Amino acid sequence: MKNNRLSQLLFTFMKIGLFTFGGGYAMIAMIEDLCVEKKKWITHDEMMNITVIAESTPGPIAINCATYVGYRQAGLVGAFAATVGIVLPSFCIIYIISVFLENFLEIQWITHAFWGIQCAVGLLIADAALTMIKKMNKKPVPITLLIVSFGVMCASNLAGWQISSIQLMIAAALVGLFIFYLLPNHLKRGGKAQ
Amino acid sequence: MIWELFFGFLRVGCFAFGGAYGAIPLIREVVLNHGWLTDESLTYLIGVSESTPGPIMVNLATYIGSLEAGLPGALLATVAVVLPSFLVILAVTALLENFLKKGWVQALLRGLKPCLTGIILATGCYMIWQSCFSLEPGFQIQPRPLLLTCILAGAMAVFPKLRHKKLSPISLILLSCVLGIVVYGV
Repeated sequence: MKNNRLSQLLFTFMKIGLFTFGGGYAMIAMIEDLCVEKKKWITHDEMMNITVIAESTPGPIAINCATYVGYRQAGLVGAFAATVGIVLPSFCIIYIISVFLENFLEIQWITHAFWGIQCAVGLLIADAALTMIKKMNKKPVPITLLIVSFGVMCASNLAGWQISSIQLMIAAALVGLFIFYLLPNHLKRGGKAQ
Repeated sequence: MIWELFFGFLRVGCFAFGGAYGAIPLIREVVLNHGWLTDESLTYLIGVSESTPGPIMVNLATYIGSLEAGLPGALLATVAVVLPSFLVILAVTALLENFLKKGWVQALLRGLKPCLTGIILATGCYMIWQSCFSLEPGFQIQPRPLLLTCILAGAMAVFPKLRHKKLSPISLILLSCVLGIVVYGV
């Protein structure tokens, strides 16, 4: 029974890993379809919760979802089976492609196609950011953080400043902690004392 | 060498909030600092990762690992990028169900999210700038990439108005391949 459940997890997530292109959000739709509608492993509400957790924890969103569903279904082993399942198909495909990549790039029209892709990738990344800005809470503090981070990142790309995005993110997290947690608490306590 | 790959991608896995696009600025930094790939070949790989199934971040780790150190490199880089989120989710679901509802965690995330958006936007703009203009020697416009970028941006802007949904990344990549073959071929 237990083995059956594990192989179900493994194969279902292999299917998800094999057939979803375009990363995170496409995968969430697929996971919802298979794990909520068809297999009824988790409820729709749980799925919503996972999406929020996945977005606020590091790592690929699809991996986060797979680990959660696997854990809920069959504990640690289940989490492992689902995670391996979702990674395995693309791993094999990509390993094979990467072995032949150099040979591919020697063919003239493939190189031209890649030069085309180069233009598309920058647009896709900028578009993802614009979508995030549309959904963002437009208050002064987040907007300031956004503009400062954008400026610092541009400067470090163009002028070669030695600031890594990790340092920038840690700084922003600390600013968030101060403005949204420490400061309001401090003011509240100050108010009571008077 | 192989352990550098492991720890480089472990760092990516630990700090990549907000999905694949959040990870790209980080991966660029790690990869360029170690000198594993040039900026140009990294951009190719991002395109290829978009067009192969699976999470983009994991795909990139597999590609870079394999190009740098063959199968062992591919395995280690992939495990490294997956490991942090695997462990974090286990911890969150098993031990700390309410961890994310805590005030100070929410405050950290509220600072983190707009900063991340800014970083992603800057990276996208920089990549567009880099393919369309060059500074050495002197400021120059690259006409073909600029033309391509304008057509693609136009397609992204017009498509939702006609079909009431976004142009999917994979169709954009396919379109850019065709346009690349046409524009550079003639």
